[in-house]
Amino acid sequence: MTTRSDPFAALLAIRNGDAVPWSRIPELSVAALHDVFVAATDAELRIAAFFALRRGGDAGALRMLAVLADDAHSRLLLAGAHCPSLEVDSVTPRCPQAQLFEREMHEQFGLTPAGHPWLKPVRFARPLHADPKTAASPSIGVADFYRLGGEGVHEVAVGPVHAGVIEPGHFRFQCHGEHVFHLEISLGYQHRGVEEALLGGPSRGSIRQIETIAGDTSIGHATAYCHALEALAGRHVPAHAHVVRAIALELERLANHCGDLGALAGDVGFLPTSAYCGRIRGDFLNLSALLCGNRFGRSLVVPGGTRFGIDAAMAAELRSRLETARADVTSAVELLWTTPSVLARFENTGALSSEIATVLGLVGPAARACGEEFDVRADHPSGAFRFLQLPIATAQGGDVHARAFVRWLEIQRSIAYAQELLSVLPAPAPAPSREALVLAADHVAVALVEGWRGEICHVASTDHSGRLDRYKVVDPSFHNWAGLAMALRGQEISDFPLCNKSFNLSYCGHDL
Amino acid sequence: MSVHSVLHVLIVLVLPPLLLGIVNKTKAAFAGRKGPPVLQLYWDLAKLMRKGMVISSATTAMFLAGPVVSLTGVLIAALLVPLGHHPAVIAFPGDMILFAYLLALGRFFTTSAALDTGSPFEGMGASREVTFAWLAEPAMFLGFVALARMTHSLSLSGMLAGDLAASPQVGLGSIVLIAVAWFIVLLAENCRIPFDDPNTHLELTMIHEVMVLDHSGPALGAILYGAAVKFLLFAALVIDLALPFTAGPWIDWLLFVLAAVLLAVVVGVVESTMARLRLVHVPKLLVSASLLTAFSVVFALDR
Repeated sequence: MTTRSDPFAALLAIRNGDAVPWSRIPELSVAALHDVFVAATDAELRIAAFFALRRGGDAGALRMLAVLADDAHSRLLLAGAHCPSLEVDSVTPRCPQAQLFEREMHEQFGLTPAGHPWLKPVRFARPLHADPKTAASPSIGVADFYRLGGEGVHEVAVGPVHAGVIEPGHFRFQCHGEHVFHLEISLGYQHRGVEEALLGGPSRGSIRQIETIAGDTSIGHATAYCHALEALAGRHVPAHAHVVRAIALELERLANHCGDLGALAGDVGFLPTSAYCGRIRGDFLNLSALLCGNRFGRSLVVPGGTRFGIDAAMAAELRSRLETARADVTSAVELLWTTPSVLARFENTGALSSEIATVLGLVGPAARACGEEFDVRADHPSGAFRFLQLPIATAQGGDVHARAFVRWLEIQRSIAYAQELLSVLPAPAPAPSREALVLAADHVAVALVEGWRGEICHVASTDHSGRLDRYKVVDPSFHNWAGLAMALRGQEISDFPLCNKSFNLSYCGHDL
Repeated sequence: MSVHSVLHVLIVLVLPPLLLGIVNKTKAAFAGRKGPPVLQLYWDLAKLMRKGMVISSATTAMFLAGPVVSLTGVLIAALLVPLGHHPAVIAFPGDMILFAYLLALGRFFTTSAALDTGSPFEGMGASREVTFAWLAEPAMFLGFVALARMTHSLSLSGMLAGDLAASPQVGLGSIVLIAVAWFIVLLAENCRIPFDDPNTHLELTMIHEVMVLDHSGPALGAILYGAAVKFLLFAALVIDLALPFTAGPWIDWLLFVLAAVLLAVVVGVVESTMARLRLVHVPKLLVSASLLTAFSVVFALDR
């Protein structure tokens, strides 16, 4: 270790899954917080969450809370700032990673970051504490779009209704012939008010709402929620439940990665992998169903543990079916890397440099495909990941091929990891009681989970009576949509579906 | 009208949807699926003909002229192509030019109908279709030039209906080159992989499919039927070269139908085993097809 002093000593350092009293979180001035952001992103820290909230006892004053992820030191840095007025300077010109967070604060609390280069609504939602009867929601998608001028330049608008059975989102391309100069993505069609619904909670229905933040990441979000609540309640989770959660998380990753590799093959018209991965995805989903009766892992993860355990017979069944699926998925996916026409489509399509990935703060396989070496499971381990390590899968180049290859590496490692967990299964524990958790008053808890798309960050804050006065969800898609827009620059517009699929971001995870 | 002319017309009208059914069945077999019935396109056409049409108020008469003219053009062109070495129903010197421009006329109307909708997707599709058709045309014509030189005929029937293998002027090397080039043209003109993906739902990547997105009911039926007949036309050109011998009039018909089915299987295999080309690389493959036919012309000049 060097003896250089820690530049972030003024911030509160915690571990993933810790709860701390509000009184321990340092209060900085807005300008000082912005300086911390610039220093942090220079030091390759990432903004995991940055949001505004109003707390009781603040006399209605607005404050901001930032969570910075320091992957190299496996710690999370917390800092707050009081907003003296509803207009503050924007940090985005100095720290582009903050751009969407600042836009979100503007939308949720009317906090105007002066000097923000593109202050558009994020979700076209009404302010967070507004009365739904009086505050009208803005019309979704009605906003300024960046436009190119000049002869032969044309605009192509795609969505919000798409040809496939996918979620709604609006894409606007500035093109010259087939060449894309700029893509602007406008979302918000899936906004359901998740954060609003969780205020004053937790209630018994909260876990259901959390599971549907992004339906394909039920386990990821539910696990993050439970970690946050268990930290606030000081609840001990049995080792068996931790292992079941980790296995379910890896099964979710396997099903989605496998399905996406098949869909990538489908987008380039490569039939064999497309057809077989579609079926094998079902095999992985059925393993989740074996675990808890639901293919998407609904109702498995609950605060305090898991509703279902794995006994020896089920462990043997899971292991043998995982082994079969491993053989199937290997033969289907290896075809991608040995077929020249597929490689010609994947390579050098939608390439992102590692500089851009860092500046935008991308997470998950999209960032690891650019050579960024971080993974919550390894850098901020929680639950079973603290006891059994998992290697980080990376690739170089940041193109569709790299993103697909990272997914493939993760498939292999997730199967091996799940097999290993199944072989060291701790003794089953009884399902947790259904009585509500008693949360510590005036605390903040931060929980990070590596979902299959990347880092899921949940921040829970309680008021003086132990009710949630703010629950912040940052889905990996929130970070990564900007990456897709940048990946399209200079590409052919016909390659957009392929690039889009290689990220496969969540609309509802972004829209909350 | 001879019995062979009647058979010609019957095959042109009845066989095409079956061939596309065979392509789809082959693809399904590769994907480990059962796939739609081989006769599915016939049922689809019957269904579409009984349906109503949704026509955007923003369109003009051009919108309906697209499917009508292109189907008519393809059907007339089908009377010019010899099937299984039987002279075509209509044959006259220079008919290959009429053949090529009947298809071009259909394309003109299809792309105009696409532009008529004012949709940016359809506009993009029309632009791609025209660009690639322009690149595929030299491969067609250079093939005609080589064949005309070798057979001393300016008619499709004169070029393709006779026993090519038995003719002393015809070089088999040229025939092979043209057959390969025309197979590439077949894939391009019929929007098959690696040029286009007839199964995709991604409007940004489509070429042909996106131009007909707004058509429905009988108009869509006419487009699907026309596409199937066009597949048979190009299949006939390739088969006439790939089987350059005659074995008696009735056996020739049988061989032709079997070869058409086999060709449909081959197209299905190609579609099952390779990915689509990136759009910017499509011209390269079409130019290679033109080069193959250009070499065949060089060989033909030597005779």
